[in-house]
Amino acid sequence: MKIRAQIGMVLNLDKCIGCHTCSVTCKNVWTSREGMEYAWFNNVETKPGVGYPKEWENQKRWNGGWERTGNGRIRPKMGPKWRILAKIFANPDLPEIDDYYEPFTFDYDHLQNAPELEATPTARPRSLITGERMEKIEWGPNWEEILGGEFSKRSKDYNFEGIEKDIYGAFENTFMMYLPRLCEHCLNPTCVAACPSGAIYKREEDGIVLIDQEKCRGWRMCVSGCPYKKIYYNWSTGKSEKCILCYPRIEVGQPTVCSETCVGRIRYLGVLLYDADCIEAAASENDPQNLYDAQLDVFLDPHDPAVIEQAKADGIPDAWLDAARKSPVYKMAMDWKVAFPLHPEYRTLPMVWYVPPLSPIQSAAEAGKLGVERDIPDVRSLRIPVRYLANMLTAGKEEPIVQGLERMLAMRGYMRSKTIEGVVDEAIAGQVGLTPGQIEDMYHVMAIANYEDRFVIPTSHREAGEDAYDLRGSCGFSFGNGCSDGMSETNLFGKPKRKKSIETPTEVF
Amino acid sequence: MADYLNTLVFGYYPYIALAVLVVGSVIRYDREPYTWRSGSSQLLRRKQLMWGSVMFHVGVLIVFFGHLVGLLTPIEIFDAMGISHAFKQLMAIVIGGVAGVMALVGATLLMHRRLFDARVRSTSTFSDNTVILILWFQLALGLATIPLSLGHLDGGEMVKFMTWAQGIFTFDPGAAAYVADVHPIFKLHLFLGLTIFLLFPFTRLVHMLSAPVRYLWRPGYQVVRSKRSTTGRASVSPAAE
Repeated sequence: MKIRAQIGMVLNLDKCIGCHTCSVTCKNVWTSREGMEYAWFNNVETKPGVGYPKEWENQKRWNGGWERTGNGRIRPKMGPKWRILAKIFANPDLPEIDDYYEPFTFDYDHLQNAPELEATPTARPRSLITGERMEKIEWGPNWEEILGGEFSKRSKDYNFEGIEKDIYGAFENTFMMYLPRLCEHCLNPTCVAACPSGAIYKREEDGIVLIDQEKCRGWRMCVSGCPYKKIYYNWSTGKSEKCILCYPRIEVGQPTVCSETCVGRIRYLGVLLYDADCIEAAASENDPQNLYDAQLDVFLDPHDPAVIEQAKADGIPDAWLDAARKSPVYKMAMDWKVAFPLHPEYRTLPMVWYVPPLSPIQSAAEAGKLGVERDIPDVRSLRIPVRYLANMLTAGKEEPIVQGLERMLAMRGYMRSKTIEGVVDEAIAGQVGLTPGQIEDMYHVMAIANYEDRFVIPTSHREAGEDAYDLRGSCGFSFGNGCSDGMSETNLFGKPKRKKSIETPTEVF
Repeated sequence: MADYLNTLVFGYYPYIALAVLVVGSVIRYDREPYTWRSGSSQLLRRKQLMWGSVMFHVGVLIVFFGHLVGLLTPIEIFDAMGISHAFKQLMAIVIGGVAGVMALVGATLLMHRRLFDARVRSTSTFSDNTVILILWFQLALGLATIPLSLGHLDGGEMVKFMTWAQGIFTFDPGAAAYVADVHPIFKLHLFLGLTIFLLFPFTRLVHMLSAPVRYLWRPGYQVVRSKRSTTGRASVSPAAE
């Protein structure tokens, strides 16, 4: 047993209002630079939809994630190592920028400088890559916002697998949900495995997956390897970049920017302990539907004295073990089992988990034919098909999703009867396999969601591994090259400054 | 004057070019690792790159290693192996010709794409454009020497180049004289080749020094870095194969 700790995240989709605050704050902090305009470390998709980049979930097209071979071992779906290396000159599995969208700005300048005209001047779009006029914008990072576009296009959504999807095109049956997406900081990341330079690595102390910008050579295999398409090639620097889980904030105990600014308070950050020796076996599980359970088995109980002893032996600080015991992520994923991994069938063992959303009860139920199972409405009569959620979160296995949704409904029923009728309904808790104490804890963490309950982040203990004296006077956060950005005009090796053909709003106003 | 120029270009210039190549690359690798990259533009435009890049790279690799082995292997080794000069010359013409044509076709596609595709053009630097133009011209010159070589299939000319190249690496003061009387196209090809060495550290060409062949025998798939490790650098764990 080799115990490691990781900062995991849970997103409670039941409370997501799709406001994109997470995406915008993330963008402003990390990706508002040349070459990264098209990249969103965090984006919010409306589901059903093909998403961003287009059809990212279709691994027949992009070959992301892992596959299990005949001998029971796993390898990247892109192929064995020699095959990945053979794709280095031209990578057939790499999306083109049009699959994301061509980034654009508007001629804001024209609004101020236009001469007197008969019509009001307009700000027309212009490409941020070529600087040329774009007559028509064809696609954007959230083109399908609130079911925008035709159903025939949106229904290419991979999660409709095994569902008679045609009926959901009708207005009466339509359904939607939001899916905020960021890097999963997987236990078994394919991006790391596919990187020929060995530039991508997982940090042992907190599990954050990072790209060494000085080691990255721009072979772009990681973009294809990641099944979530959450690695972005910066066309300006020729290096790949990804979500860094705001590690400069995490290290000092602060939540990530997306979590901090979430107005719906749907995001949770907490420590999970896992057994690093079990990762390979868990990811190699034969039946994809068992991968969710296999990943649960990798996580360790932070209350178990044997685990605590081994964790200490493996160098995990006491503050981290304490945080692991209070971790909201552990509670939702392990204790209450209401949070699930995104697409476990990719075999990456993702560490950003999702609480599936409840949805209104179908019209059939409203007409008095409500399928009430015991005292809880039958979750199969909810508007969002359980199978759809299962395809997204448990490789199609419906039972865990049903249990999770029922527990959330039971929490509502229990608290309703407690606060309105003043009756503690122990039966309803028992029906879903929880105690009243657990239900109230759930209510506290998931419904009230106080700041200190959502974010239990221990500070990193750099003093244990580094000599702070060496760091004295060195640069803080920078893009490689220590204090230099490698772009100075007098530098022979630096990239000459591109002549700017367009002005961005910040420069105009 | 002709003698002076010949000694300058084929006697001294090689050392200047090689010194800049080595020292420049070391300095760049050490001081500016963030700029060390292949500079792929596939994300912006896939069209013409799939065929162009594969043909160009495969062709150039064959041509490059052909030159490397052909020029720098001591003649005695070929003689000992019983490979006649005429046979070596013919082999160089056939293999080099096929690979050269492949590389030139690829380079043409890539050059067209770089100069005429709006997205690629506007994101290209002066050095990106120069590199592809020089490489295209160098490939064309290389192919242009084939008709000349067909005129002397005994391999005598080829031996001159081998003695010159080996002379440069063994610090033979008279090396330049070996190529004094070869055809101007050969001379131009040699000069441009040395110029590519000279420009190497200042362009995207440095990515070839980072060819990730070590990936093939990197143990396992996962890479974990620990702050606790004494070296402070990457420690590769074979956690998942």
